[in-house]
Amino acid sequence: MIQDKKAHKFGMVIDLDKCTGCGSCMVSCMSENNVPFKEDESRKKDSITWMRVYKLTNGKSFPDTEVVYMPRPCQHCEGKGGHGHSPCVSVCPATATDYDYNTGIVSQIYTRCFGCRYCMGACPYHARYFNWWDPKWPEGMENYLSPNVSPRMRGVVEKCSLCYHRYQLAREKAYAEGRDQIEEHEYQTACTTACPAGAIVFGDLNNPAHQVHQIVKPDPHPDPMNKDVVGKSRNPKVFRLLERLGTNTKIYYMSEREWVRKAGDNYLDGEWDKVKNHHGSASHD
Amino acid sequence: MKVDRRSFLGLGLGAVAGVVVSPVGLKLTDDSSIWTQNWPWTPVPVDGEISYDNSVCNLCPGNCGISVRKIAGRPVKIEGLAEYPINDGGVCLHGIAGLQYLYDPARVKTPLKKNGDKFEKISWKEAIALTAGKLADIRTSNAPQKLACVTDKSQGSVAKLFERFLTAFGSPNLYTMPSLESNLEMTAQTLHGAGNTIGFDLDNSDFVLSFGAGLIEGWGTPVSCFKANASRKERNAKLYQIEPRLSNTAANADKWIPINPGTESDLALGLCAVIIKKNLFSGNNYDTGNFKGGFNKFAIMVQKEYAPEKVAQICGIKAAEIEKIAVMFARSKMPVAIPGKGRGNIGQSLKEFSAVHTLNCLVGNLNQKGGAFIMPQNDYLSFPEAVMDDVAEIGAGQEKLAGSINDLVAKLAATDKPVVDALFVYNANPCYSFSDPKRVKKAFKQVPFVVSFSSFLDETAMEADVIFPINTFLEKMEDVPSQAGFAKNVIGLTRPVIKPVFDTKDPGDALILLAQALGGTIAENFEWTSYAQCLEGITADIWDSLSEKGHVLVSEGAPDGTVYVDFTFLSTNPSTIQADGDFELTLIPIDNMRLTGTVPAVSPFAMKTVSDKVLTGTDIVVEINPGTAKGFKDGGDALLTTPVGTAKVKVNFNDGIMPGVIGMVRGLGHTFDNKFVSNKGVNVNDLIGPVIESGSGLDAAFGIKAKISKA
Repeated sequence: MIQDKKAHKFGMVIDLDKCTGCGSCMVSCMSENNVPFKEDESRKKDSITWMRVYKLTNGKSFPDTEVVYMPRPCQHCEGKGGHGHSPCVSVCPATATDYDYNTGIVSQIYTRCFGCRYCMGACPYHARYFNWWDPKWPEGMENYLSPNVSPRMRGVVEKCSLCYHRYQLAREKAYAEGRDQIEEHEYQTACTTACPAGAIVFGDLNNPAHQVHQIVKPDPHPDPMNKDVVGKSRNPKVFRLLERLGTNTKIYYMSEREWVRKAGDNYLDGEWDKVKNHHGSASHD
Repeated sequence: MKVDRRSFLGLGLGAVAGVVVSPVGLKLTDDSSIWTQNWPWTPVPVDGEISYDNSVCNLCPGNCGISVRKIAGRPVKIEGLAEYPINDGGVCLHGIAGLQYLYDPARVKTPLKKNGDKFEKISWKEAIALTAGKLADIRTSNAPQKLACVTDKSQGSVAKLFERFLTAFGSPNLYTMPSLESNLEMTAQTLHGAGNTIGFDLDNSDFVLSFGAGLIEGWGTPVSCFKANASRKERNAKLYQIEPRLSNTAANADKWIPINPGTESDLALGLCAVIIKKNLFSGNNYDTGNFKGGFNKFAIMVQKEYAPEKVAQICGIKAAEIEKIAVMFARSKMPVAIPGKGRGNIGQSLKEFSAVHTLNCLVGNLNQKGGAFIMPQNDYLSFPEAVMDDVAEIGAGQEKLAGSINDLVAKLAATDKPVVDALFVYNANPCYSFSDPKRVKKAFKQVPFVVSFSSFLDETAMEADVIFPINTFLEKMEDVPSQAGFAKNVIGLTRPVIKPVFDTKDPGDALILLAQALGGTIAENFEWTSYAQCLEGITADIWDSLSEKGHVLVSEGAPDGTVYVDFTFLSTNPSTIQADGDFELTLIPIDNMRLTGTVPAVSPFAMKTVSDKVLTGTDIVVEINPGTAKGFKDGGDALLTTPVGTAKVKVNFNDGIMPGVIGMVRGLGHTFDNKFVSNKGVNVNDLIGPVIESGSGLDAAFGIKAKISKA
């Protein structure tokens, strides 16, 4: 496959040691993207949260218990070998979700979606949500809806778009000013700008000048232990969720705590010790 | 006509060809696909030009700068304001969800009057005339002190206008809801003299010893605390969190020190004892000559009563650990100890605040970088001198009815005879946020005429006879001074970003109308055409920069000069408040960043973020150590009983809570009319009874004894 060398690959790295679980990212996402709400949101399976913060514990008993919070947007998988065959894109019969090779963003086109929910079954990260009901806002509240993101209707799947409309707005602005490229700060997702702890860093993983690239240091070569895995971080503190599946997510996580990094995947007994010190292909540093 | 094989096939093929070539099929498919993509019931938000309005959020005492994105003049998103001296671009979930409050189903949309059990709509004119009539009667009877007033805070022009109204009316009975700020002011008054407040320089401290302060649970100015916490690693600063439960702050801290609930003051005094014994208290930048009021007596008292072994017993930690922490604290370059469990407003005692702050006094970090700042209270408002008539003079000579708001509630509830004739409540919800709210509601019922100044028809507004609907923070103008333990002094200006959605007014305008309806000297004290004009006049010294920049940075950095420390209060060893009851377990309230405990209640968005380990359906989930919950199932039902009440709960096994302790979140169990927020779970205050600390008048009950049984 021919890769456009200039293509962007937008992604983020979330510092789990900084995340406080305050929920600002969740609400900023809801407000930015016209996410609806209903009377009972305690059934989390049908509670639409493009960004959801999970609580993880180390499983130890009092007083050795530790807790971290893990924000989970759509992971924007590149698919095996980085060819754009994300789990959800591969199964969508309506091409309602697609992989954009220019940005690395997995899109969701609500008017194309007919609600088969194959993508939800295929997504290993539970990042997709189905609209079982039409959204209803209390009287007057429709007045705060943003025209930049279409409100969804009953029967379609929705998920995080990495605030694609913000990318479009930034590009429009750049175009109007006669620029080819947008600056790092011009395109930032709503969760990133909202995080009061500064735990989320967002940018272009392909651009060495961007902070996210500098933290993640994505490996330009496939993982020698697993050819399906590309873009593995060469930062020993950085990991991805279920990395060995080869979904090649663009949402990276960071923690100094080993148990947190281990929680990013399922390991057989003794398996973790073999892989824990393997960070990208060292030979290509 | 004979149909032979040839003509049959010909007809058939012709028909097939016809169908294939005909545009009808395609047209129908096209039409049906278009038709199935029409969702006329799905809103199409109006597009337009993007603009930004800057303002200051005042949903909580944090007062963050906000930037409101508007499209075609319609606010669509709230974000943090970059370079604002409090939050520098950061913002919390409640602020982001602020637009939902504009259209909240529980908003008071017009003035209301109670008629039997129901409210009926009235006009502003009628509401003002009705209230002015009742108030005039009180003055005619020459007992103006029978008007009492409760406000959410004591700072800022709105609180001062209520104060001015009461002065002009002739009543000394002005009360403020307990807040972290009021607790810190009281602590500063006790240790350093009146007129001060305390700020903690968390941005620079290298060792923060937090006595349960929920630095990332909404304590103080939440966003600045988040930022200070996030930068800790880069600054090589440490945070030790002392509390019985692994809160988010404890989980994020360098060390979590679980201690028995309610023993914070014992531990703080135990640490003082070690510091004094090891002679670590006279820091090189501090002159112990500033110690007053019996430092020696205090030193002897703590050696006797708070020796490490004894404190270790009380708190449930090792004596060696107490010594270690004390030495570490005293030897740190810029240590700071911070009081105020959870959000630091409710369930606190003066003893605890003073004991914790004494640690700061001992190690000499007062008015030092990274330490505790003793800051003078704001005085940027200059009102014209108040004018009082004879009636007002009579009232002014009267003694205050009660020493504190808790005392007032107790006095009101104690008798069937009206103690006050009228009560104003501004932006406060004591009928929800105080312990045992039934008692508060009963007290309110004893008042013949209750006037609520509120944006929402919440539990307290429901008890009112007249409700003045107040603008939300997005519709009003107000000066908001920073408070609650913040180390800088910033005056912010909240500005309207949208015209009032309903028939509501700024609280200041309501008061001006009311004063003018009363006439006489009261009107003379409120000779402004509007609150906006009033604000400009009383902030004349800073108005230009306030209105231009949206804020004024009055001071930052360590204040000059040394402060004296008065040990009189603590040297008498005031008694520690114990949780009420005889049951074996202790129920403690949990402050959770995603919920609010006071005004306003949470937004639907914030409610959506609440974990299913906190609320499931309409059931509240309590946290309990698996070791304590023997015989119960994780996620199963239980009955929680305290001396005050009983509640059906679900149980969540949590290893991050001390054995013997049950944790229940604050902020659920609202009962007003908003299906997204109300009638979910239990109000933890319903299970807790007040325990008043003598002297301070604070309701110091942080929890209560409890038991759980099978449901």
